[in-house]
Amino acid sequence: MVPGVEGFMYPNEVELQWSLLIVLYPYITGLVAGAFILASLERVFKVEAVRPTYRLALLTALAFLLVAPLPLQLHLGHPERSMEMYLTPHTSSAMAMFGFVYLWYLMVVLLLEIWLEYRADIVHLAATTTGFHRLFYRLLTLGSMNISPEARKIDDKVSYAVTVIGIPSAFLLHGYVGFIFGSIKANPWWSSPLMPIVFLFSAMVSGIAAVLVLYMALMKVEKISINMPCLDTIAKYLFYTFVIDFSLEMLDLVHRTYEADESFRSLDFMVHTRLWGSQVILQIILGTLVPLAILAANQLWRFSEIRRKAMYLTASLLTLVGIFAMRWNVVIGGQLFSKSFLGYTSYKMEFAAKEGLLPALGLMVLPFIIVVALVKLLPPWTGREASEV
Amino acid sequence: MEFSRRDLFKIGGKILLLASSGATLEQIVGAAAQPEAYRRADHWWGMIIDIDKCIGCGSCVRACSAENHVPAGYFRTWVERYQVEEGKQPQVDSPSGAMEGFPTPTHAGLKSFFVPKLCNQCADSPCVQVCPVGATFVSPDGVVLVDTTYCLGCRYCIQACPYGCRYLHPEKRVVDKCSLCYHRITKGLTTACCENCPTGARQLVDFKNPKDTVHEFLRNNKVEVLKPYMATQAKVYYKNLDGAVR
Repeated sequence: MVPGVEGFMYPNEVELQWSLLIVLYPYITGLVAGAFILASLERVFKVEAVRPTYRLALLTALAFLLVAPLPLQLHLGHPERSMEMYLTPHTSSAMAMFGFVYLWYLMVVLLLEIWLEYRADIVHLAATTTGFHRLFYRLLTLGSMNISPEARKIDDKVSYAVTVIGIPSAFLLHGYVGFIFGSIKANPWWSSPLMPIVFLFSAMVSGIAAVLVLYMALMKVEKISINMPCLDTIAKYLFYTFVIDFSLEMLDLVHRTYEADESFRSLDFMVHTRLWGSQVILQIILGTLVPLAILAANQLWRFSEIRRKAMYLTASLLTLVGIFAMRWNVVIGGQLFSKSFLGYTSYKMEFAAKEGLLPALGLMVLPFIIVVALVKLLPPWTGREASEV
Repeated sequence: MEFSRRDLFKIGGKILLLASSGATLEQIVGAAAQPEAYRRADHWWGMIIDIDKCIGCGSCVRACSAENHVPAGYFRTWVERYQVEEGKQPQVDSPSGAMEGFPTPTHAGLKSFFVPKLCNQCADSPCVQVCPVGATFVSPDGVVLVDTTYCLGCRYCIQACPYGCRYLHPEKRVVDKCSLCYHRITKGLTTACCENCPTGARQLVDFKNPKDTVHEFLRNNKVEVLKPYMATQAKVYYKNLDGAVR
């Protein structure tokens, strides 16, 4: 009997191929897509209330996007060959498109939009700072020093167009990640046309929650009072997207249960045993139902400001844990059962190994360090806005 | 140095003479004539497996492991034992892939049989479809191969294979799988597993060869591929495959 194995696994299936790092990959890209979509609320849909978080959302998206390829790179057996995906992509492979979707999103959408948004600030900073900072900001201007009202108007128009392109791009970025899993017909836990759309909505949920937490944390650090209408609006959108996300996931669950195809018995057993903690307790109860109840309560009743802050923060943190658990259950859960439907294996997480817990923690902390650095370099709150809030 | 046309003819003549004498010598000492060059387009490889003939001895697994230097704990081919009780989930085991055969049956009096497994050499391979760089591919003669100098080790193909036939080579850090002993079959030999099967339960076949026994086998027997609903156009055919087999 192989340790950790119950029933029968095909002999090559005992070892899990996609580890914790591959759990991080959809989690991080989800945060990117979600944060960007929150930013687009202000830009395209004119939800003025979320204006204080617009720039922060963009910087958050950038920080996470910069880290997104790292877990993949670390996971590869031959990381030095990863450029082959760009040079000789296999057109029938969903994974081969990652590089192109990523580059499109990074270069065309995010960097361009951030640059346009910050251009006036950068020119101003290039003129007012000295030494290394001055050189840095001068480089960032890309030689464009014209910040006349006419030039800003053009910036605004281009930025609007970029955001309009950005929304489907953000959908593409994360919907595509869902497709990587959803298109694997060999794996019934993954194979579902709903997968891209479930990934997309869960991405929006996690991205909005992340920006909400970051906004509250940074306001605390910067000692600026929190803009409550902004926080209420973000919480409202978090609630709406969460309702859609939860409905889609429940639809998937009900559909699987009702159809009960040949894989059902095996998957059902897995959910009731190996995934009970991470799926039922963490993902569904603590990570979904509790935050949904908190957010719903805020739609029904008016609580005091202090309570609202505490409730939003709790709901967002639980949401982030819940969405992480969802990614875990998809990636790890999808490899715990045998494709023979006759047995189960277990995931032995390493600690200080290449694909262990330590590098994963490092990769999870890294975007937050980048956010802090970006906030220092490109302050999201101008003096005017800070005094407004 | 002057090099006249006469010199050129002289040297050329000598080279020709030497070369032709060499050829004659080879013919005199009876060296084997060069085999007809292997033409990939003339073959379409697969395998037929007669479940009733398999005795679960594991010779195929050992032969494959030795021939292809398969790392310990991983399998290019393996044998499963099914013990089926009416109305119940089948009991399946494959201790070390049946490298040492099987212990005595745990359930006496049940329907019991052995199922050798290997890469199904699918014509519409999901593994080939998902490879991001095309490192795994179907050769013109119908064998699914991996270019180990190109594989990234992303393991998407392992996830996509419905049959569990692929693994990551622990030292090379690239994906490895049954190559249908491509280095042998292109030289006119059979695979290591087929050659070492004492009962002839597994047989390499060439669907493009009109004289191959596969045509008669397919005509006269009830055959099935594994997981036909996966629509992978698998080319490993099983005779008398029980419905319990996954």
